[in-house]
Amino acid sequence: MIYYDRVSKIYADNSIALEDVSFSVEPGEFISIVGHSGAGKTTLVKMLLAEERPTTGSVFFESINVHELPLSKMNDLRRKIGTVFQDFRLLPNKTAYENVAFAMEAAGRAEAEIRSDVPHVLELVDLSEKANNFPDELSGGEQQRVAIARAIVNQPDVIIADEPTGNLDPVNTFEVVQILKKINDLGTTIILTTHNKGVIDSLKKRVITMDKGRVSRDDKEGKYIL
Amino acid sequence: MNWLTIKRIFRAGMLDFWRNAFVSAASTLVMTVTLFVVGMAIFGGVVLGSAIQSFRDKADVNVYFVPGAAEDQILSLEKSLQALPEVATVQYVSADDALTNFREAHQNDQLTLQALDELGTNPLGAVLNIKAKDISQYDAIGQFLQNQETVSTGQPSIIDKINYFDVQHRAALDRIQQITAMAQFVGKIFIAILILVTLLICFNTMRLAIYTSRDEIQVQRLVGASAFFIRAPFMVEGVLYGLVAGVVTLLLFYPLTWWMGNATSAFFGGINVFSYYMAHFGQFFLIIVGTGVVLGGVASFLAVRRYLKI
Repeated sequence: MIYYDRVSKIYADNSIALEDVSFSVEPGEFISIVGHSGAGKTTLVKMLLAEERPTTGSVFFESINVHELPLSKMNDLRRKIGTVFQDFRLLPNKTAYENVAFAMEAAGRAEAEIRSDVPHVLELVDLSEKANNFPDELSGGEQQRVAIARAIVNQPDVIIADEPTGNLDPVNTFEVVQILKKINDLGTTIILTTHNKGVIDSLKKRVITMDKGRVSRDDKEGKYIL
Repeated sequence: MNWLTIKRIFRAGMLDFWRNAFVSAASTLVMTVTLFVVGMAIFGGVVLGSAIQSFRDKADVNVYFVPGAAEDQILSLEKSLQALPEVATVQYVSADDALTNFREAHQNDQLTLQALDELGTNPLGAVLNIKAKDISQYDAIGQFLQNQETVSTGQPSIIDKINYFDVQHRAALDRIQQITAMAQFVGKIFIAILILVTLLICFNTMRLAIYTSRDEIQVQRLVGASAFFIRAPFMVEGVLYGLVAGVVTLLLFYPLTWWMGNATSAFFGGINVFSYYMAHFGQFFLIIVGTGVVLGGVASFLAVRRYLKI
């Protein structure tokens, strides 16, 4: 489904972010990418969204070379991928409801669909009560749950969660991971990058370990080993 | 693009305009200043033009006829002058009228009047006072009059003198032309620079307003929104800034021109800016509001572009 083919990223100052990275992700997998800060985890997931371009190599999503897509077709690809960021990145002038609805509006979904799906997804992340609150009126955990609701509302094939628990306390971390597991159980592929040893060890899913821009381990049912 | 998308774009633009109240107010204020300058430039141009025109109107050419010249000959010359495309008006002052005017002009100068009485006859000839449509056309009229003078060879010419061929008169005409052309040129340059500078300031303000939303634009892009779906609400917002600023500017001009109206007509002669504003309100509305709307839309379009490149 997703295939990284000998991907390298070298910046102008010759610093290497990724070096000859190859791996594939099957549909329905839950894969965690771990590694120290600067190991290249975020660069790796940004490549799939075409937020970053590889210096050499290619990234394929369902046999499409992501970086050969014209800018005008990029939105179609991105609608198939839900994204959750460490710093939430909600739209500050929209309420929780509107933030989730935005993803559906951007995809051109009908009003009736939005009216039925958004409350449903907000309920799934346990935020029905806060639907009309703006991001600055929500706690970090609540904001991250809105971000997850926004990522899943279009029923994407893949969810990328880039350090989603990085800014959260243990209770909120646990909740977010539970939600991601639930989404994965429903058949959505999840790519999670994290620093959190507890999260990885409790998941008992595939773990890719990155070190200095290279894949150092790829374990079927891995643990957090650095 | 369908109706639903258009509806969403307008709703998003208007909501952002309202919720980003501070940024909206600041941008609208700068836009108002810009449109105010544009409006003032128009008024400035009109007042300057009218002042220059009234100055230019002071230029004329007089044809003095010999005393006792036959009136029908003068009137036929007047007719042929009026037929010239360059001529705006021709005023005929008969010999008797010239004498009356002379007496009025010298009513306090008893010596001159006594000398006139001594003569017994009217020493003055009739006069044709000619005004051209434009100051540059006196040359053609002068040529025409000179030809008239030479045509009548064989019999004594009825034309005594054409003041266009006086060195002093000509120099004065040239001066008027030079000064007014210079004033027009400098005025135009000044107005153009003023408008350009304020337009740049306005563009920059819009860029800064959208700079504050750059992260938002990126997130929208990563969530799968098309470039158009992201950009269009910003353009709606920009158009709203222009619309509000345009209306505010037009409202500001109402008391301002009323207050300046009498002063401008007294000082520059001729034009009253308030009555001009009222008479041309439709055009002002189109120019001011139109400039605001186009400026807002185009500035937003350009400012968003750089953040859409992901």
